[in-house]
Amino acid sequence: MALLKTFKDIGNYFREIAEGVASLIRGMKVTGRYFVKPSEIVTQKYPENRAELKMFDNFKGELVLLHNDKNQHRCDACYSCERKCPNGSIEVISSRVTGPDGRTKRVLDKYVYHLDSCTFCGLCVEACDQDALAFSQEFEHAVFDKSTLIKVLNHPGSTAEPKEEEHKETKE
Amino acid sequence: MEETIVDINLKDKEEYVINMGPQHPSTHGVLRFETCLQGEKVKWIVPHCGYIHRGIEKMSEKLTYPQMIHLTDRMDYLSAHINNEAVALCVEKAMEVEVSDRVKYIRTILAELTRIASHQLWWSAFGMDLGALTTFFYGLRDREKILDIFEETTGSRLTQSYITPGGLMHDVHPNFQKKVKEFCKYFRTKLPEYDELLTGNVIFRERTIGIGYMSKEDAIDFGVTGPSGRGSGFHCDIRKIEPYSAYPKVNFNEITFTEGDTYHRYLVRIKEMWESLSIIEQLVDNIPQGPIMLELKAIKAPKGDFYQRVETARGELGVYIVSDGAPQPARIHFRTPNFSNLFIINKISAGHKIADLVAISGSLDLVIPDIDR
Repeated sequence: MALLKTFKDIGNYFREIAEGVASLIRGMKVTGRYFVKPSEIVTQKYPENRAELKMFDNFKGELVLLHNDKNQHRCDACYSCERKCPNGSIEVISSRVTGPDGRTKRVLDKYVYHLDSCTFCGLCVEACDQDALAFSQEFEHAVFDKSTLIKVLNHPGSTAEPKEEEHKETKE
Repeated sequence: MEETIVDINLKDKEEYVINMGPQHPSTHGVLRFETCLQGEKVKWIVPHCGYIHRGIEKMSEKLTYPQMIHLTDRMDYLSAHINNEAVALCVEKAMEVEVSDRVKYIRTILAELTRIASHQLWWSAFGMDLGALTTFFYGLRDREKILDIFEETTGSRLTQSYITPGGLMHDVHPNFQKKVKEFCKYFRTKLPEYDELLTGNVIFRERTIGIGYMSKEDAIDFGVTGPSGRGSGFHCDIRKIEPYSAYPKVNFNEITFTEGDTYHRYLVRIKEMWESLSIIEQLVDNIPQGPIMLELKAIKAPKGDFYQRVETARGELGVYIVSDGAPQPARIHFRTPNFSNLFIINKISAGHKIADLVAISGSLDLVIPDIDR
């Protein structure tokens, strides 16, 4: 009886070894399959492929104030983006200007964007009624100097795009 | 002379206290296990947390509900969509509004995709902790497909801030349905590879079977939820107990095992990926039409306190809002799954070898920023 048990134990011992080796081979087969089939490899060669690397259209890179080809933006300095921003990453600096028709309106002086504290939640773009803001496709945010992360988004010399008033006047 | 705690604990000169972390690669974050060893065996463990405490609950008191969403992404960053959904559901419950079926379907699909992505990353890292570096590449290869779906729709890969009180930030991308269906088909062929690579592997099985036994009673006592609790036979799936969003409309099984060891906590997650795939496939073809955002005058909860719980990839996440009627919460508390799951570790790893501690803490699937938040 004891002898039979010993034989059984020896049998189990060798069976466990065989099963173990078989499980390793099964795993190696998976890796081996990709070794001989390099077409299924999905890695990219970054940064060599920078030229053809394209982000999705919705990608939230960094905030930009959209400008048209006449260097005009659509921001009317309503502050809704600044109020919606949870981290205080946006500072809108504006002044009141009286136009030739005698009406005072707000004009954007400086649109300061703190990329260092931005969490890319997208509330500013959602909040903008004028569709003046968008996210760019830029994703390489690493810089050597922290102060370069504070950006002025309105281009130098840019003006507000005239639209609402003109439409009203034409209607009248 | 007064005896210090260390002196009392070290009466037996064979004992040795060692700190695992806060910079240890296998804790996947800044967590410190103060471990007392007797030879190679673990005698007791005291987890020290707080290294990544950011005060999210306090910060949220100054933010409106939609603004608060982006902070919840950063608690359990691997189930960002589900965290967003928890706050959104709680605020909607408080306001007594209901979102359209379209929003519910999309939220559920995104939540299940998040669960798969989270389990994929966990599988990758768990294999790597135990010495199988290969798994890391295989897991991340498949996770990339899900992140692409997220990126195309929400614009971000990890911290999406997409689900907001009242609906969604914007509609899904036109390619969404097609991409999700492609992913389901693709992942059904790749998931068996996970079993071939790791589940059947003799070294892996030897290191996990019978290690870190957690009884059902312990799981209930310590509040261990999610796959870690279900590995011990604790039926704690909030999707079944209190169905929310589109979960009442789908058929799926709650995966439970009664063995309660590291290997069966692993198996729960592998099988949950199959269930998540089946949930997505039931929903993705019949996303109804409807508004994406409710027309609400202002998003603010009425006076009172409100609680909503959801099932994240790691367990039960509860959101408790105390409101005084302002657009900001007067007090908000998150009952995070990882905080409860962490403290069982002393109980289940005592008596095991220090190398098994890595396997046990890996099988609890801890995300450290969720513990400290």
